[in-house]
Amino acid sequence: MAENVNQNANAVAQHLRAWNPKAVEQVIEFHGETTIVVPHTLLRAAAQECRDALKFDLLSDATCVDRFPVEPRFELQYHLTSIPLKQKIRLRTRLGGDNPNVDSLVPVWPGAGWLEREIFDLMGVHFNDHPDLRRILMPDDWKGHPLRRDYPVEGFRDIPATYLPGLKK
Amino acid sequence: MTTTIASHSVETATGATKTMVLNMGPQHPSTHGVLRVVLELDGETVIKAVPDLGYLHTGIEKSCEDKTYSQAITLTDRMDYLNPLGNNLVYCLAVEKLLGLEIPKRAQYIRVMMAELQRVSSHLVWLGTHAIDLGAMSVFLYCFREREEILKIFERFAGQRMMTSYIRIGGVALEPPAGWREVIGRFLNMMPSRIDEYETLLTENRIWMARTKNVGVIDVKDAVAYSMTGPTLRAAGLAYDNRKVFPYSSYDEFEFDVPTRTDSDCFGRYMIRVAEMRESLKIIKQAMEKITDSGPIRAEAAGIIPPQREKMKTEMEALIYHFKIFTEGFSPAPGEAYVTIESPRGELGCFIASDGSPKPLRCHFRSPSYINLQALPKIVEGQIISDVVACIGTIDIVLGEVDR
Repeated sequence: MAENVNQNANAVAQHLRAWNPKAVEQVIEFHGETTIVVPHTLLRAAAQECRDALKFDLLSDATCVDRFPVEPRFELQYHLTSIPLKQKIRLRTRLGGDNPNVDSLVPVWPGAGWLEREIFDLMGVHFNDHPDLRRILMPDDWKGHPLRRDYPVEGFRDIPATYLPGLKK
Repeated sequence: MTTTIASHSVETATGATKTMVLNMGPQHPSTHGVLRVVLELDGETVIKAVPDLGYLHTGIEKSCEDKTYSQAITLTDRMDYLNPLGNNLVYCLAVEKLLGLEIPKRAQYIRVMMAELQRVSSHLVWLGTHAIDLGAMSVFLYCFREREEILKIFERFAGQRMMTSYIRIGGVALEPPAGWREVIGRFLNMMPSRIDEYETLLTENRIWMARTKNVGVIDVKDAVAYSMTGPTLRAAGLAYDNRKVFPYSSYDEFEFDVPTRTDSDCFGRYMIRVAEMRESLKIIKQAMEKITDSGPIRAEAAGIIPPQREKMKTEMEALIYHFKIFTEGFSPAPGEAYVTIESPRGELGCFIASDGSPKPLRCHFRSPSYINLQALPKIVEGQIISDVVACIGTIDIVLGEVDR
C-alpha cells in the first residue's frame, strides 16, 4: 500500500518535471506523504497542471507555516486530493518574509478563496489577483497577523510594556 | 466589521428596481450560532449574499502552538462542539502519524464506535434544529430525547457528556465501563424505530417537501470546485467518503454503504443524513462485536504514552517517564503530517508541523463547516429569502468550527 502511494506520487513529480523542468525544486517523502516543492512563480501553473492533467480535482486544504526566524520564513502548503484516483499530494512553496506574495489559486479552485483569506488574515501573505482579499476571522481594524511566530500568544494588548521590552505597542 | 455591500438599482424582468440590504444575524436563531449574512434583496429574491464570520474566533490554532502535544487535545473538543470525539480523533491521528505510532486494534475499534455514536448524535442535533428552522417543532424534541441517550453513554465512558477528550494520543483514555455492551445494545435496538419515527414526521410531509425540494441546488462540478465535502457532496452524486477512500482507524474492516443521491437539494441532503445514521448504527454493531473484553487500550511507547499506574508505583523508569511526559512533553521528529477523517459535516483535516520541540510549530484544522459555508452565496443567490434558512441548515455549519 505505502509503496503504491510513493510510486504514484513520484509519477506526479515526474509529470511535473516533464511539463516544466523548473517546476519541481524538491520532492520530500515523510511518513508516506509526498510533498512537492514548487517555486512560487510557478505555483498557479503547477496547480492548474495538477488539476487538469493529473486529476487532482479537490483542493482539500491550504495553510501556511511560519518558520521565523529562518528565511524564507513562510511555507504555503496546498493539500490536493484526487477523488477518481484516490490519491493525495502536497504542493509547497516558500516565501521570504519581506512583502510575501504569491499568485492566488482562486482561478483554479474557487474554493481557495476563503482559505487564502484566512492565510492573509492570520499570516499576512498577500495573494495576487484574489477577488476579495479581506480579513475573515479577525476584525477589520486589527493590527498585525496573529499566527506569525513573532506575535505573542497572549497578544500585545493586555501585557504591561515592562514584560515586553522592545515590543511596546 | 465593514462589508462592501450596499443597495443599488438593478435591471429585472419587471424593469429597474431598487434593492434592499438586509442584515441576517449574528444573533439570528437559524444561523446556528453567530453567523452573519448580509443579503441584498430584490423583493424576496436574494441577489447577493455575503457571509461575515469571526464572531466566535478564539485562536485555537495559535493556542495549540503554546501547548504540548497532549495538552492541546482539550482544545480540539471545543472547535466542533457537536463532534468533539471526531476532533480528538483527527488530532490524535495526526500526532500519531508524526510519531509513527501503531495503535492496538482494540483501541481502534473503540475509537470507531465512539466516532460513529458521535456521528449519530451530531446528525440528530442537525435534524432537530433544521426541522425547527422550517417550522416542525416536535421533531426537535424527539431528536434531543435520543441524543440524550448518546450523551449518557459518553458520560459512562469518559465522565463527560460533551467535551469528552476521550481519545488520547496512543489510544483512548479509559477502559470501557462495566455493562457498556448492554447500554449500547439497548440504544441500538431502540434507534432504528426512532429514525423511522422521524421519517414518518418529515419525509412525506407536504410542508417539508415544499420547503426542501429543489431548494439550494448545487451541481457536482461546482461542489468539487468549492471543495465541498460530506453529505452535501454526496447528495450531489459523488460517493466521496474518507472512511472508504482513505480508511483510517481500521474502517476498511467494517461493512457499510456510502449513501448518495443525485438531486443535490436540501431534501437530498436530509435523506443522506438520515441514511447515514442507519449506516452508523451498522458500524457501531460491528465494532461492538470486534471489541474484545480485555486487551490493551493504549500503545506501548516509553516516553510518549503515560505508563500504567501500577508500574509507576513499582518501577523507577515508569515514574521518570510519567514525570517527563507531564512536565516537558514529548518531541516528535521534525516534519509534517496531514490527516483527514470523515466528520459528520465532511472532510475534517488536521495538519501539524513539528520542529522537533515538545510543542507543535503549526497546528491547522481543515474544518468542513468553514469550507462548505464558502459555497453559501453560490447556493442561495437567486433563491427567495426564506430558503436561505433551509440552505444554511442543510450545509450543517457549527460556528465553533467555522471560526475556531
